[in-house]
Amino acid sequence: MAELRKQDAPQGGGRGSHGPGGRGGFQKPKDLKTTVSKLFRYLAPYKLALVLVAFLLVGSSLCTVGGSYLLKPLINDYILPGDFAGLARMLCVMGLVYLVGAACSYGYARIMVGVSQNAVAQIRQDMFDKMQKLPLRYFDAHTHGELMSRYTNDIENVSEALNNSFGSLISSALNFTFTLAAMLLLNPVLTLVTMGMLVVMLAVVRVIGSRSRLYFVAQQKALGELNGYIEEMTGGQKVIKVFCHEDAAKAGFREKNGAYRAAATRAQIFAGIMMPAMGNLSYVNYALTCCVGALLAIGSGDLGGLGAFLLYSRQVSQPITQVSQQVNTILSAAAGAERVFDMMETEPEPDAGEVTLTRVDENGRPDDNGNWAWRRPDGSLTPLRGDVRFQNVTFGYVPEKTVLRNVSLYAKPGQKIAFVGSTGAGKTTITSLINRFYDIQDGAITYDGIDVRDIAKESLRRSLGVVLQDTRLFTGTVRENIRYGRPSASDGEVEAAAKLAGADAFIRRLPQGYDTELSGDGGSLSQGERQLLNIARAACADPPVLILDEATSSIDTRTEKLIEQGMDALMTGRTVFVIAHRLSTVRTSRAIIVLEHGEIIERGSHEELLAAQGRYYRLYTGQAELD
Amino acid sequence: MKKIRGAARPYVPLVLLGVACSAAEAVFELLIPMVMSDIVDIGIASGDAGYIAREGLKMVGMAVISLLFGMGGAAASSIVGMGFGANLRQSVYERIQEYSFANIEKFSAASLVTRLTSDINALQITLMMSMRIAVRSPVMLVSAIAFSIRISASLSSVFLVSLPILAAVVATIMVKASPMFRALQEQTDALNLTVQENLAGIRVVKSFVQEGRESEKFAERNRALKGTSLRAFGMVVINMPVMMLIIYSTLIAVMWFGGHMVNAGTLGSGDLMVYYTYITQIMISLMMFSMMFMMFTRAIACAKRVAEALDEQPTITDENADASARVADGSVEFDNVSFRYHDGDSAWVLRNINLRIPSGATVGILGGTGSGKTSLVSLIPRLYECQEGAVRVGGRPVEDYTMEHLRSAVSMVLQNNTLFSGTIRENLRWGNPDASDEELWDACRAACADEFLKNMPGGLDADLGQGGVNVSGGQKQRLCIARALLAKPKILILDDSTSAVDMATDAKIRAAFRTGFPGMTKLIIAQRVASVMDADSIIVMDNGAIADAGTHSELLERCEIYRDVCNSQQEGAMSNG
Repeated sequence: MAELRKQDAPQGGGRGSHGPGGRGGFQKPKDLKTTVSKLFRYLAPYKLALVLVAFLLVGSSLCTVGGSYLLKPLINDYILPGDFAGLARMLCVMGLVYLVGAACSYGYARIMVGVSQNAVAQIRQDMFDKMQKLPLRYFDAHTHGELMSRYTNDIENVSEALNNSFGSLISSALNFTFTLAAMLLLNPVLTLVTMGMLVVMLAVVRVIGSRSRLYFVAQQKALGELNGYIEEMTGGQKVIKVFCHEDAAKAGFREKNGAYRAAATRAQIFAGIMMPAMGNLSYVNYALTCCVGALLAIGSGDLGGLGAFLLYSRQVSQPITQVSQQVNTILSAAAGAERVFDMMETEPEPDAGEVTLTRVDENGRPDDNGNWAWRRPDGSLTPLRGDVRFQNVTFGYVPEKTVLRNVSLYAKPGQKIAFVGSTGAGKTTITSLINRFYDIQDGAITYDGIDVRDIAKESLRRSLGVVLQDTRLFTGTVRENIRYGRPSASDGEVEAAAKLAGADAFIRRLPQGYDTELSGDGGSLSQGERQLLNIARAACADPPVLILDEATSSIDTRTEKLIEQGMDALMTGRTVFVIAHRLSTVRTSRAIIVLEHGEIIERGSHEELLAAQGRYYRLYTGQAELD
Repeated sequence: MKKIRGAARPYVPLVLLGVACSAAEAVFELLIPMVMSDIVDIGIASGDAGYIAREGLKMVGMAVISLLFGMGGAAASSIVGMGFGANLRQSVYERIQEYSFANIEKFSAASLVTRLTSDINALQITLMMSMRIAVRSPVMLVSAIAFSIRISASLSSVFLVSLPILAAVVATIMVKASPMFRALQEQTDALNLTVQENLAGIRVVKSFVQEGRESEKFAERNRALKGTSLRAFGMVVINMPVMMLIIYSTLIAVMWFGGHMVNAGTLGSGDLMVYYTYITQIMISLMMFSMMFMMFTRAIACAKRVAEALDEQPTITDENADASARVADGSVEFDNVSFRYHDGDSAWVLRNINLRIPSGATVGILGGTGSGKTSLVSLIPRLYECQEGAVRVGGRPVEDYTMEHLRSAVSMVLQNNTLFSGTIRENLRWGNPDASDEELWDACRAACADEFLKNMPGGLDADLGQGGVNVSGGQKQRLCIARALLAKPKILILDDSTSAVDMATDAKIRAAFRTGFPGMTKLIIAQRVASVMDADSIIVMDNGAIADAGTHSELLERCEIYRDVCNSQQEGAMSNG
């Protein structure tokens, strides 16, 4: 599988680092309608609240527009005639209208915060829970950076859209409608002038919008290249230091940085022009309205009406500016939501098996310290012996490229079986098939006579302790890391496991011993120490079957010899699969299987294989190369 | 923070220009309603259609000028924002290039990438937006007040009451919300870390069937994040209605007092409309300003992280180096050297190391996991500095040479080595940018990388892919050795660099070293005794100290650890010795 891992580079979790499939800027969702309806499913629990929000939005909109409308009677009917008692009354009404408006807009904003944060938290949780169920194929096909950006960018955009954009989109539409209605009510002729200008504004929005979209695509591309450079070079920073390559690195950076800066400046200038363009076109509208309105007012003397209309003529264009800004946010939120749902709808790992793992005493009654056994759906028990068989197994990570061809093998309970072969020969693949990281295309794998597909995945994996090539550790103390596979393990059991793995000595030398915090994947430990911790972790989980995939490759042979006793104790009574590069590690195995190009070419004990003078013999004597 | 400001320094004139544009645009937006007032109070009153049309044209003209200023502001702010971002990114990157290994480990590559990418991007956007929006609001506020005073000083006194209240309320809300947003940022980071670890360790998670517990871990952080965002955003949404209430109260007061004045003839009704317009303008610009608030909070957190990277002092510098010093030969001396990775660590990683390696010698280093082999050789090219004692190369302390001169004379092949995307030729030329194809092939031949290269489509021009994914582990190791050889070093250090190479090839490489590079000092860390047994001297490390040193036969005789190692590898490893 190592050969399938797409990316080892460090992940920034940053913005826009992964090419066209990435994020940011302007991306259109493929199917807006379906995505929005899926998003609304998350809002369904808040139906009542949302109905209330709708009312509050209408209320706030009506109050804003209505308040301005009052300017007309205020001037015409009270101020000019000098009716101050009436003015006071009218101002009270106005105050009330604005108070209600403010209350409505607070209410709506407050409710939306609750709704959106709850919905977003739920989406995030569902996405993470779902991610835990995805098959490894999915992680092979998507880089970490790509998946991280679901959490950092996509969800952030959805949150922003729910929090602000949807609300302001609706309130913009309402404001626009109400304002236009009020304008028609005040003065139909002047409304025509405004309509004419609105058409011009929409045209400008379209022209600027389509141009800036082009520039944004270029910006995202340049950003992707810059971020790619940063990730790769920073990942190899130590090599840069060793080769004094700093100046070349700086020069390469300068070039990519400059290209991004040029593209970004262009894109931002265009995006930035939108606001002043709309704002000042609205002033042109204001000026025209003012002229025409004043000419009309010479006859009618309706100063208050003109004043109110002028206010509206400014307000009416605001929704257009706002919508033109929010559309981008909403579209990229929808695109983000689409990717999120895409992940949530990916087929999870198939897990239809009903045979479960249990511990029973001699009489078949559950017993936490009893013997391991398989419980079939009908209640019958099969003791777990660690009998693993491959029958004519054919498998490929992608259908057109077969990795294993017609492999049959048989591990007797309690045996140590070793796999030997060059990189890509299929050693790791075999172990990944036993714990069903992948499903086979043809043939059958049985475990104590039960097809692995009939065993519940959780039970299957609990029965197998795997020490992976990949020595991942998690943030937390050393103790927590060792206990990872069996959280209920006592401190004593943790330390016993560490002793067994030969990790106890170096752990005690750490600043806080077992309580030392490991951060950033245990960066301060040497590769060999991390491998010892990995072995301790598997030992602590105490599984009936062990798979050791290059578990000791970075441990020197003397330390390996020193921990051999512990390893022997660990392996006693268990079926063990060992993959090792170093042939001294596999020598003691009961059966050694030599793989090449996905096929078993030799099998037998160390002595038998040496006597056969075949591939193993040549490997062992150094005449052939493993890689 | 001072250094972050430095990245904007070349743009000071443009910043001023942009700010002036934004300010001018804001002022023009306030002048336009004044013309309106004239139209209403003079034009309509006198019924002069010509005057109205002229004033109308004046307004359109002002709108056009204002548009030009607006576009100027947009352009200037974009150039400044993106330019500042590019400068800052460049200076952070250049700073990172000065980092020592200890500095790099302190931050981790992933966190440096975040600082260079999303953090700086957030900063450049913030600068750009604040030039556009943050300037406008105060300018608008001040000029609106100034203009209103010109229209009517007495009516403007209403602002004297309302604006201080507004300022106090908004400031209080911001001050209260600010720590909440900081907490929000921290919890977002914590959540992302959980996801990142989960992704990186997904095989481990699945193998140990810990999906449920991982979900719980995530749920816990997710709940905390939700709680904080509810509090923080809940606080921010108070802003808007409070602002609306104060502004609208002002409006009503203006209409009341202004109404009296209009009626008494001391104020035109057009002027009253201007007041009304100004008040709504101020409100809109204040709202936009408060929207900048969240951006600022995020930017401050980002700026702190960027400043951390910029302010990090490289622990190793050329300060005491003599620029003319050159490494004379490949001799290495350790004089009572003690070393630990962090000054605070209680245990030494290396203790009282004394060592003399003559130029041209081949020295093997063996030792257990964590015995200090890598630490020992890392001191020679000064990747780390020892706390006590002295390390000398070519007879002079390593600090005497500039890092460039030292490291081009001391080539080290790291344990976790990296090839970069690009062709094999490009990667090899890291060792020597001017190497001819012939030299490249020579180095590959010595590192036994020539055979598989010849069979590779494209040969030297074959593309490696990111992180060198298109070659196997053993091939990668040999390319790394060839790359190091191309630098023609006086000292070559191989840190377990042939672990994935089979023994026959390993032997061939060693033979090539012996015959091809007689003057070069070779230090070889290895797991296999076979890799070092023919060395001039073998150093056996144990627990941070040199347990013994000598030739293979000497050590076999007197060093128990060495015998142990040999025994542990006996049959297989030595059969081809």
